[in-house]
Amino acid sequence: MIEFLQHLGNGTLTSFGKLGRGSRFLIQILSGLTDTLARPRLLVNQLYSVGVLSFMLISISGLFVGMVLGLQGYYTLSDFGAEETLGVMVAASLVRELGPVVSALLFAGRAGSALTAEIGLMKATEQLSGMEMMAIDPIKRIISPRFLAGCIAMPLLAGLFSAIGIIGGELIGSGMLGVDDGAYWSQMQAKLDFQDDIINGVLKSIAFGFVSSWIALFEGYDAIPTSEGVSRATTRTVVNSAFSILGLDFILTALMFGDN
Amino acid sequence: MDNRIHQPNNLVSIRNLTFSRGDKKIFDDISLDFERGKITAIMGPSGTGKTTLLKLIGGQLYPETGSITVDGNNVHQLPRKRLYELRKRIGMLFQSGALLTDMSVYDNVAFPLREHTRLPESMIRSLVLMKLQAVGLRGAKNLSPSQLSGGMARRVALARAIALDPMMILYDEPFTGQDPISMGVLVHLIKSLNAALGLTSIIVSHDVEETSAIADYIYVIADGKVVDHGTPDAIKNSSSAWIQQFMTGAADGPVHFHYPAKDYIDDLLSTGKRY
Repeated sequence: MIEFLQHLGNGTLTSFGKLGRGSRFLIQILSGLTDTLARPRLLVNQLYSVGVLSFMLISISGLFVGMVLGLQGYYTLSDFGAEETLGVMVAASLVRELGPVVSALLFAGRAGSALTAEIGLMKATEQLSGMEMMAIDPIKRIISPRFLAGCIAMPLLAGLFSAIGIIGGELIGSGMLGVDDGAYWSQMQAKLDFQDDIINGVLKSIAFGFVSSWIALFEGYDAIPTSEGVSRATTRTVVNSAFSILGLDFILTALMFGDN
Repeated sequence: MDNRIHQPNNLVSIRNLTFSRGDKKIFDDISLDFERGKITAIMGPSGTGKTTLLKLIGGQLYPETGSITVDGNNVHQLPRKRLYELRKRIGMLFQSGALLTDMSVYDNVAFPLREHTRLPESMIRSLVLMKLQAVGLRGAKNLSPSQLSGGMARRVALARAIALDPMMILYDEPFTGQDPISMGVLVHLIKSLNAALGLTSIIVSHDVEETSAIADYIYVIADGKVVDHGTPDAIKNSSSAWIQQFMTGAADGPVHFHYPAKDYIDDLLSTGKRY
């Protein structure tokens, strides 16, 4: 019993310690953002590696998710003779939920894990320490540009995911299953609300980009500088990002759509 | 507040330094001085916290008690901005080289110049080529760090460390894992750069022969204390059995070959529990 309590207490202390370090790290990142904005070149390089390099993964996943939605939606809607509304169903699911959430999960797996491994290895090979000794703040020079790039890339990738998904749904719906093409697009246009659906979806993906970039960078920066430590940190990034994204999605959805 | 200690001959002074990691005391009330223009070595067995000492001097770690003064500034009382100003005048050579792996050799050496100065690219180029020439690697400027051998990486890191013309260089185990030729090159470089650039060098090492060959003064540290200090000759002729074992590399002596353990026979004959 005592051992269990000790274990519990120890775990709680460790978690709070980590939360504290993580929050302090976030404040440092945010205060380093002014320097990032003053040096757009660093930001552009990072936008390329976290954003452009995730392009293929996001596009192909978006296409398949859209195609599956087209199929599933059609079979359900046709039971009620409502297959003409397939466009609304596909677009609303993607723009409100699947676009931000699935692309954030993919982003955490693709870009987040890469960020953690990169920062963790930079720590293990004393590159961060070396920078500090050269009087260069690694948070401003290395971390902040990556963080901002993640926050910018995520909503763009989520938008791309949704757009390609909608096309995927149309390919299946009107191309294969015979839903009227005009109805697919016009119903979508009529029913989807810019504020409720699109802006809320974008806000969600900004929040997911913020959280998953923060987790990825912090895990890398806080990693034990050995190969085992970096490997564990990379795993933690993917697991913690997934939990945070899904939990945050529930909270945001409740806040955004709860009173409807 | 005026933190200056008026000892013009010492660039770095450490006074009554205590530092622990967990329960283990790494340094227990030690005091050391590093004279301007000299090469001072800190020697001792692995795990005595020699690298930690360099990090304390550079202000990356904080001592529990005691003070470290670098060029008249108490390192741990400096505000962050002034600490960074001080670090610009200190070069550090890490054991691994710590080169930035996403940049070429040229860009690595240019890195501190680009970050800290507004020099035109043409002047940065001349400076980088001069620094690389000084370490004999001007021809390797377009290689990436992964294409370099360990010794070459350390020489590039040395070129980067002298890029901003520092007053002092801290060397962390510069000779570890080097073949005889690159070892010789590094020994020669450290000695000649110190003289040519009027530097002060602090070398942390356990390579007795190489370090004694170029050091002006040696501190030997073990178990958190300064065990002995003096010129290389004085240390070599020390009457202490421990120093003799360290300098000659004997397998057994005051430092035992065996890690402390319970009786060998008892251990072999014991059964039951695995440990």
